[in-house]
Amino acid sequence: MNLNWKRTALSLSPIWATLVALALGAGLILLAGLNPIKAYYALFMGAFSNIYGISSTLTKTTPLIFASLGVALAFKGGYFNVGAEGQLYLGGLGATLAGLYIHGLSPLLHIPVTLTAGFVAGGIWSLIPGYLKARHEVNEIITCIFMYFIGLLFIEYMASGPLFEPGAPAAMSREIAASAQLPIIIPNTDVHLGFLMSLALVFIMHLVLTKTTIGYQITAMGLNPVASRYAGVNIVKDMCVLSFVSGGLAGLAGASEIMGLKHRLFDAFSPGYGLDAIVIAFLAKSNPIGVMVASLFFGALRSGAGMMQRAAGVPTTAVLAIQGLVILFVAISLVLPQWRPRWFRADMDKETPRKKENE
Amino acid sequence: MWSIVFNASFITDFMAAAIRMTTPLTFAGLSCTISERSGVFNIGAEGMMLSGAFVAAVGALFTGSAWIGTGFACIIGALLGLLLAVLSITLGANQIISGVMINILSLGLTSFLSRIIMGSAITQKLPTFETWGIPFLLKIPVFGEIFFRQSPLSYISYAIAIILTFIFFKTTWGLSIRAAGENPRAVDTAGINVCLVRYICVMFSGIFASLGGAFLSVGVVRYFTENMSAGRGFIGLCIVILGKWHPLGAVLAALIFGAVDALQLRLQAFQVGIPYQFLVMLPYIFGFIAISGVVGRAQSPEAVGKPYLKES
Repeated sequence: MNLNWKRTALSLSPIWATLVALALGAGLILLAGLNPIKAYYALFMGAFSNIYGISSTLTKTTPLIFASLGVALAFKGGYFNVGAEGQLYLGGLGATLAGLYIHGLSPLLHIPVTLTAGFVAGGIWSLIPGYLKARHEVNEIITCIFMYFIGLLFIEYMASGPLFEPGAPAAMSREIAASAQLPIIIPNTDVHLGFLMSLALVFIMHLVLTKTTIGYQITAMGLNPVASRYAGVNIVKDMCVLSFVSGGLAGLAGASEIMGLKHRLFDAFSPGYGLDAIVIAFLAKSNPIGVMVASLFFGALRSGAGMMQRAAGVPTTAVLAIQGLVILFVAISLVLPQWRPRWFRADMDKETPRKKENE
Repeated sequence: MWSIVFNASFITDFMAAAIRMTTPLTFAGLSCTISERSGVFNIGAEGMMLSGAFVAAVGALFTGSAWIGTGFACIIGALLGLLLAVLSITLGANQIISGVMINILSLGLTSFLSRIIMGSAITQKLPTFETWGIPFLLKIPVFGEIFFRQSPLSYISYAIAIILTFIFFKTTWGLSIRAAGENPRAVDTAGINVCLVRYICVMFSGIFASLGGAFLSVGVVRYFTENMSAGRGFIGLCIVILGKWHPLGAVLAALIFGAVDALQLRLQAFQVGIPYQFLVMLPYIFGFIAISGVVGRAQSPEAVGKPYLKES
């Protein structure tokens, strides 16, 4: 077999993993006594068959891209930000506050200010575990998860308490000022400016990671923090900045969701975008372009799930099961290159020394 | 508020609730203790617990016996432990990523399968355990009924803690386990298979976590809900640190968490004027502060989180 072909096959491992996961998901649906082909067809049609499906897919892709970029950036620098969901909620709160209590600005100024508020709020929520990790070596997984629970409950309190609109049927705030709302970019749909901003961020992050010393520094810190420290890098400061920016990006996911779609702060306004973001960042191997593609895939899964339930009777939670299987096979595919069969790696190893891909 | 707190019935109710809240946390803590002692981070304890809760519920539903359901839970726990072990020990995958993977996988599969298998129409409650009273101690006024009439799974959790303490500190197996977590190279040199030790410990870790899950579903509320472990597995990671990697320490730390949790539930019931969200937050805030080093720095086993590669 041709060497280049093998390289490509290997670099596309997330796609193989996804396909295997989809196949296994089909098996699960079959076991449940339902028709997997009908289910996947409905899922696909629900997500892409008409303008409503497509716009719903893009609307769901937007917060996924923001949050996943945040998680991917953190993974690159060796900070396991599994608390993106909490940071997303805090970002939503920050944006809501800026949208409610700042008046009289033109949209040109109010929108950036509101986005910044969301970024800072999400950033601070991530900075706390980041600082504790950098300064005191406190395991960020546990602290991030606790921050997530605390954040979720805090937003519930804010939406049903201080920000609650009297007389509203559910826990929600008043509507934010029109000048802080993101304009719709495709008429008669929900697709808002946040989508374009998320795409722009994908390319900015791609450039930063591949073309600048900052990107190199982040990657180096993720690969070998000890060496970075000896090379004169201030790990504590860099880790704080990294965690802040990572949380800020997740905060933007919440901010754009409030500013572009909901226009109010609801409790539980995210159906788990920040949790999907972990799977996406992982599936994309923390590559921004990969994040964009994977977010679109996950956005489509979420968008088509309703149709799948209506047309094929498969519960929407099947999507969660498929996500779980995706991450299982991606995890396996990441370590598999060391275990690929002899015939496959025979001519590859001669050229490049084996490297550990899993850490 | 304080007059409520020092009311006698408040205290007995509170203690009974605290003990009930403690058992799943004890299992979570023991689960993380045994795996970390052998050198493997088990972030997946949360998912193992959730899967255990689900499988125990399904097993109890179909067989009519909480015990058989719990047995199934142990099997799924061991299998998930095996999965974590294969990924992180044999294949050398990052332990944290493997654990997160188990959590997401468990959440997805249990949410999907619970709707398929149990539907939403289940109204009858699942079979549960008879509580066991300890003969003489039960006679102690007020406290006897609180401490000595419990679910058998609670007694099992204490028994496991005592047995683990004995194994860890009094047997050569325990020495191998602890050494595998501290200095795997030395264990290897002594002719003991590090990977085997870690495999066994991680599988037991899965079993303990799923027992905690079984307690949640068939032991207490007698139904299964999506994501019912609700972060208890993560609190287990925190309990290990507070308990300083000692099984009995884990029991004590779990008791503290159980008490905090029971306190917030009691306060909610009495409507003390604090928004309930802040009360629900209490265990997490407490855990956050505890592991952030206020309680005193603890030393984790040296080799936790590092895959052991023989040739390097």
